[in-house]
Amino acid sequence: MRPFTYERASSIEAAAKVAASNSQAKFIAGGTNLLDLMKLEIETPAHLIDVNDLGLDKIEATSEGGLRIGALVRNTDLAADETVRRDYGLLSRALVAGASGQLRNKATTAGNLLQRTRCPYFYDTNQPCNKRQPGSGCSAIGGFSRQHAVIGTSDACIATHPSDMAVALRTLDATIESVKGDGSRRSIPIADLHRLPGDTPEIETVLEPGEFITAVLLPRPLGGKHIYRKVRDRASYAFALVSVGAVIQPDGTGRVAVGGIAHKPWRVEAADTELPNGARATSRVLLADARSTGQNRFKIDLVERTLGAVIAAAKG
Amino acid sequence: MHPTQLEISRRDLLISSAATVAAIGIAGGAAAQASRNEMAYTTKLTFTVNEEGRELDVDNRTTLLDALREHLHLTGTKKGCDHGQCGACTVIIDGRRINSCLTLAIMHEGDAITTIEGLGKPDDLHPMQAAFVKHDGFQCGYCTPGQICSSVAMLAEIQANIPSHVTDNLNAEVAITPVEIRERMSGNICRCGAYSNIVDAIIEVAGTKA
Repeated sequence: MRPFTYERASSIEAAAKVAASNSQAKFIAGGTNLLDLMKLEIETPAHLIDVNDLGLDKIEATSEGGLRIGALVRNTDLAADETVRRDYGLLSRALVAGASGQLRNKATTAGNLLQRTRCPYFYDTNQPCNKRQPGSGCSAIGGFSRQHAVIGTSDACIATHPSDMAVALRTLDATIESVKGDGSRRSIPIADLHRLPGDTPEIETVLEPGEFITAVLLPRPLGGKHIYRKVRDRASYAFALVSVGAVIQPDGTGRVAVGGIAHKPWRVEAADTELPNGARATSRVLLADARSTGQNRFKIDLVERTLGAVIAAAKG
Repeated sequence: MHPTQLEISRRDLLISSAATVAAIGIAGGAAAQASRNEMAYTTKLTFTVNEEGRELDVDNRTTLLDALREHLHLTGTKKGCDHGQCGACTVIIDGRRINSCLTLAIMHEGDAITTIEGLGKPDDLHPMQAAFVKHDGFQCGYCTPGQICSSVAMLAEIQANIPSHVTDNLNAEVAITPVEIRERMSGNICRCGAYSNIVDAIIEVAGTKA
C-alpha cells in the first residue's frame, strides 16, 4: 500500500471541497472495497477523507411517502430496517444476497453503489486493463470471459458492475443525492449514475471529481411481489453470474432489472411492458443488443430462465 | 500542532524505497495547501481492546488486523487472505463482527474491540469456545478464532432479527436453524472442511441461549 495522509471530515461540504481540490484524495467509508484495492495498488490515493462521522447513517420517511437512506447506512442496517423489509422487500433481498455478514456490517449504501468491478484482469496488475490503466488494452476480450458482460459492452471493456443492491435500486427507480466540491447539490436518477464503458471505462459514474453522495431516495412503495433471484457459482458469498430483481403486480405487470450482465444494473423500460407476455418476450427486449464472447453466451439464456423462475414465483 | 522538523525526519527515516519517496512528494505538495493533520503519515489513536484501554501511534496504512497482531501482539486473530474473503481475521466491534483486515486501525478511534482473547481464557472458556472443543469444530485451527468470533456475533444478529438470504419471511421473526447458520457463516472459510461440526457447536450454544 502507498503511504497516505488522513483526515476525518467534519462536514459534508468540507469533505467535498477537499476532494474536489485534490485529485489524489478519496473518500473512505466502510473501506471494504477501497482498502482491498489499495493493498494491490490499483487504487493509490495520497489522501483519505474519512466520512464516517457526518451523521449520514439515518433512514427517514420523506414527505412524498418514500424513504431517504443516508449514504453511510450500513448494508446490514438497510436490509434489516422494518420499513424497507415491509415496503421495499426487493432491496432487503438484494442486500442479503451480497457479500458476507462481516462485509455487510461495514459496507455502506453509497460505497456499495461506487464499488468497482471484480473483473479478474482489473485485479491482476500484471495484465493490461483499460479500466485500471487507460489505453493498455482489455485482457478479458479474448481471455477468460465467462463472468463478463453481454450487453452495453465496448471494444475497450466488458467488465460488469458487481452490486446486487444497485439492481434493486434500479428496479425501484431510486434517486441519488449529492454535493459537489463547490457546495451545490443535485439529484441523479439511478439510471443515469453509472456509465457504460465506451472508450473511457475508467470513468464509471457521472459524479464529478470530489462529488459526494449524501443519500439515496426511494419513491413511494410500489406494492406487488418483490423478488430477487441470484444465480452464482456457489450458494452463498459469491458475485452474480446473473441476477434478476423484479416487482410484479397481481395482474402480471411490473418492472425488472438484471445484474451480472453489464457495466451497470441493466433495465430497459420497454421490456417491463412485456412482463405479462412472459420471460422470453421480456428478455428478448432486455437483451436485444446482447453480444457475447462465446464463453459468456450462457448468460443470455440464463437471464431468460431466471426471469422465468421469478415470474413463476410471483404467481405462486 | 504544526508538523515539526522532527516529524518530517522521522517520516523520511521510515520511508526507504524510491517509489515511495516519489509518492510522498505528490502527497506533500497537495497537503501543503491543506490543514495540519493532513501532513502526517502516522496517527495516534486510542481504543479499547478486550476491555483494556490501548494507545498506539501507527502508520496510517496499518490495518486493524496488523495493529492487533503486530503492535498489540494479540495473535489469536489470524491473517488468512488479507482481502476479506476468508474471515480468519473476524473481530467484534461494538457488538458487530467485521473483517479486521479490511479496515484501518486509525478509523477505530474510541471503539471497543473484542478479539478471541477477550471472549474467554483457557481456564474460563466462552460457551462458544467450549462448544467448538466439544464438537471438534476444527482441524488445523487456523480459521477457528475467526469462526468463533463470527458465530458469537452472528447469533446476536439473529436475536436482533436481522434477515439473511435464506430467511423465508422478511416480516416474521428470524428462526435459528442450521440453514440460517450455514448461510450466515459463509464469510468464514474452513479449508479443513470442519463445517458440519462448526454448525453443531453453534446450534448447541444457540439452544442453551434460547
